[in-house]
Amino acid sequence: MPNFEFGGKSYDVDEEGYLQNPEDWNKEMAEEIAKTEGVEMTEKHWEVVNFLKDYYKEYQIAPMIKILIKEMAKMFGPEKGNNKYLYELYPSGPAKQACKIAGLPKPTGCV
Amino acid sequence: MSETPLLDELEKGQWPSFVSEIKKSAKKNKKAEGLLGQLELSYKEKKTHWKHGGIVGVRGYGGGVIGRFSDVGEEFPGAAHFHTIRVNQTAGFFYTAEALRKICDIWDRHGSGLTNLHGSTGDLVLLGADTDSLEDIFCELSKEGWDLGGSGGGVRTPSCCVGPARCEFSCYDTLALNQDITMTYQDELHRPSFAYKWKFKFSGCPNDCVAAIARSDFAVIGTWRDDIQIDQDAAAEYVQNGLDIQTDLLAKCPTRCIEWDGSLRINNPDCTKCMHCINVMPKALRPGKDKGACILMGAKAPIVQGALLASVIVPFIRLQPPYDEIKGIIKKIWEFWDENGVARERIGECIQRVGLGNFLEAIGVEISPQVVTQPRDNPYIFYEEYYEEEGGEG
Ligand code: SF4
Ligand code: SF4
Repeated sequence: MPNFEFGGKSYDVDEEGYLQNPEDWNKEMAEEIAKTEGVEMTEKHWEVVNFLKDYYKEYQIAPMIKILIKEMAKMFGPEKGNNKYLYELYPSGPAKQACKIAGLPKPTGCV
Repeated sequence: MSETPLLDELEKGQWPSFVSEIKKSAKKNKKAEGLLGQLELSYKEKKTHWKHGGIVGVRGYGGGVIGRFSDVGEEFPGAAHFHTIRVNQTAGFFYTAEALRKICDIWDRHGSGLTNLHGSTGDLVLLGADTDSLEDIFCELSKEGWDLGGSGGGVRTPSCCVGPARCEFSCYDTLALNQDITMTYQDELHRPSFAYKWKFKFSGCPNDCVAAIARSDFAVIGTWRDDIQIDQDAAAEYVQNGLDIQTDLLAKCPTRCIEWDGSLRINNPDCTKCMHCINVMPKALRPGKDKGACILMGAKAPIVQGALLASVIVPFIRLQPPYDEIKGIIKKIWEFWDENGVARERIGECIQRVGLGNFLEAIGVEISPQVVTQPRDNPYIFYEEYYEEEGGEG
């Protein structure tokens, strides 16, 4: 199984870099995972990641994108609750990148 | 002895074989070579060696590339990553040879060289990319004017029949509508945010050459409202030339609304526009002049739940640019789906769950006789209008 090296320790990830054990996650590590995705974490990025983490804690599942969009709009206003904004923050897609950074399991989308 | 005895079996017989094509590519391409090895192993062990799922993509897009990872990548390095790239095909599949050559060149350089024209979504499919080459491939394709198609829970690459470009039966410009819809919904196509996939398919007449009625969430099928156009002389010619009009035409009209007594007579109000007579006598019969399309919704193949055929939503709509009416309907439907859809449920299943009547009411489409399968035969059905009347009296 591939590893992600961080802070002198090594963590199990799948071959796309998603953490295998959500308990391993911490903030500093998230910043590091973000770097591998070419994402520099700002407060705006954290708003998304924190939402994902909260949602996951409550429902044990990553939200559908449309729910993410709706909830972002509710919490931060329509200018942050839309697809375009999310892709500006996470150019390879919020499902792929933000979930990875949040330490959530890989979303199992359909093809 | 051959290294692929099982696959060799698939080259026997008179048909073209995908194995021969993979072998041809394998001679000059490492990825195709890996695929060949892995496939032989799969036939030997009777199981797939593709892992389930995997998210890969290019920057700015949430779809268009489908991740394929091998679980025997160490044994067959070429197959370790074998992602599928969906390239948005042209409307009606018109390409110049030069354009196709350029795609193939890009693909020989960066991928396995293996393609699939066209996948069941309609896309031009490039098979077998490494994760690391995806951005380069995307850049080169873009430079040549191509774009990726859709995947995941969003709008899939719209697809249409050849329509008026080559076919005299077409009742609307399928190519133009396909292009317009593709461009209008770029965001929904490239940045999927629906509960599940959404397929648009456009057929110019009820022959439905793209099988929209069976394969798309939103099918637009050309039709007409007036009478079938008849050229009696041409019809007589068919009969003179030996057409068995009774067996091959009259008896096969599903509603028996067509008669022959030396000239053809059609009881048009009974015609279900099945196209049969027109297909038998294309020179004598033509669709009517009052042309448009019928919108049907909800078809799907059997994934997650069983297969569904589409149901009529709007029996007749005229289709002229800028297509505001149909876009208005789409908007309403998506709003409804957004509110009511659940993950991995197609719109057809969603409509079944909430009921077609409720769905039509929600999207503001008036219920017409064409959307009813059969009149009621059960007197214990609750009807709102009767209820209101009684309420008024009492
Ligand atoms: S669906 Fe009708 S219009 Fe389109 S290609 Fe087929 S026969 Fe022609
Ligand atoms: S189109 Fe079909 S239903 Fe209509 S007249 Fe011809 S055969 Fe009959």
